[in-house]
Amino acid sequence: MSDKSYAMVLDTRTCVGCSACVIGCKTENAVARSYARDWVFTETTGTYPNLHMTIRSERCNHCEDAPCVAVCPTGSSHYGPGGTVQVNQDKCSGCKACIAACPYGARFIDPNVGAIDKCTFCVHRIEHGVPTTSCQEVCPTQSIYFGDLNDPNSEVSQLLATREHYTLLPGAGTKPKHFYLK
Amino acid sequence: MQEITTTRTNPYIDPVLHIWHGEIPLYLFLGGVVAGIMILTGSWFLLRPTTERSRALSLLPWASPVLLSVGMIFLWLDLEHPFNAWRFYLTLKFGSPMSWGAWILLLIYPASMLLAWAGSPAEVRQAWLGRLAKVPKLDRLSDWASENVKPLALANVVLGAALGIYTGVLLGTMAARPLWNSAILGPLFLVSGLSTGAAFLLLYRLADQERITLSKIDMGFIAVELLLIALWLIGLASGGAAARAAVAQFFGGPYTAAFWTLVIALGLVTPLIAEVIEHRHKVVPGRVTAVLVLIGGFALRWIVVFAGQHSGWVSELTQR
Ligand code: SF4
Ligand code: SF4
Repeated sequence: MSDKSYAMVLDTRTCVGCSACVIGCKTENAVARSYARDWVFTETTGTYPNLHMTIRSERCNHCEDAPCVAVCPTGSSHYGPGGTVQVNQDKCSGCKACIAACPYGARFIDPNVGAIDKCTFCVHRIEHGVPTTSCQEVCPTQSIYFGDLNDPNSEVSQLLATREHYTLLPGAGTKPKHFYLK
Repeated sequence: MQEITTTRTNPYIDPVLHIWHGEIPLYLFLGGVVAGIMILTGSWFLLRPTTERSRALSLLPWASPVLLSVGMIFLWLDLEHPFNAWRFYLTLKFGSPMSWGAWILLLIYPASMLLAWAGSPAEVRQAWLGRLAKVPKLDRLSDWASENVKPLALANVVLGAALGIYTGVLLGTMAARPLWNSAILGPLFLVSGLSTGAAFLLLYRLADQERITLSKIDMGFIAVELLLIALWLIGLASGGAAARAAVAQFFGGPYTAAFWTLVIALGLVTPLIAEVIEHRHKVVPGRVTAVLVLIGGFALRWIVVFAGQHSGWVSELTQR
């Protein structure tokens, strides 16, 4: 395992919710029909005419303290390269404990395999020299950033050092590694 | 105004993507009944080793492995990849109740079957020994079990308690599901298991004195269960927003009617009152109360499993 710490950063100021990331991911990873590993969340708040809209592209947060890994009785869910959370589908029994344990609803059963599927942070690309994840590559507004938190000069470290950001459901205590720029 | 749209495909949006279906509450219910039978029959052997037992009570420990097998079939049917079930036994993960639960289930078979054998009436044992004469060393095993009733009974009590608690802890450790995320769920499921276990025994032709004893301790179990349910609900109602949203399912939400009628009124309060009246008037307890207790115990597992899956942190996703 590398001593890297992979993380994703999404700029909510520039994300327009076009869903290119969803389609890009589905194509790259051959995600089962009618399922998705990432999704777009759109929230409108306020009173007309003072409306505010937040748009986020969301996915598995590759939590540092991942409850899905803790509950897995077969060791199928595990920490992979760069601290990412991965699933070994050959070991998965489909007991669904990890779906129940994930506060973000990031996991689902791939109906074609009978095993868990979810975002992998595209480690099959990253670990083989392709510097981008698929969602990042197709994003037309370039709102998605991916990189190593342990490298202070990486784009993600720089963004987190200079811009206000948050993670989802910090109260769930899972230490997400997917950050959203305000 | 607040409006949310998302393109996600997951259980919150799409009801067909439920995590667990009916198999899991069925398994949890049967597991609880088995836990109850093991603890009750085990204690019976420990506390009343010399008193004569009715034929039914002598044979009922066999219900443990039988019911557990039925439950495990349901558990297995729930797996999306059932032929990977053996992988549970390649690892033991302490952080995963499902993992140590799988090992507990495995230990229960020899312990419960040996005790059931040792406790069976002598003529039943003789008949089976005759029929299974070809099995090597079976008579040796039989003698060993008869000589070790006490440690076997103790093992049944301990494993039964572990089984009863684990079925609750399995859900209770899920921080992502506020309705389940309570330390009370372990003891609650254990006590409910004891009560439904006693009710299961009462369905059979026990001696009058045995019926009276069982139904007397069942009154205690039901009282404790009501107390634990109250503590569980109070804990949730005084918790954070997600916990309060979860418990609201029982207070005006979709599970209100089912919870208060099936679990509380029919499954706990009615049997408790019936048992108190029976004892006041020295009537030998019948089977109707037992059936009600079993219905209540099943409804409790069913509602907790389904309502729990509907509870989540998602309502807080929008609150930053
Ligand atoms: S977001 Fe869910 S699936 Fe992803 S690591 Fe965290 S708990 Fe696991
Ligand atoms: S469904 Fe698969 S990955 Fe998830 S906890 Fe069960 S065995 Fe592990």
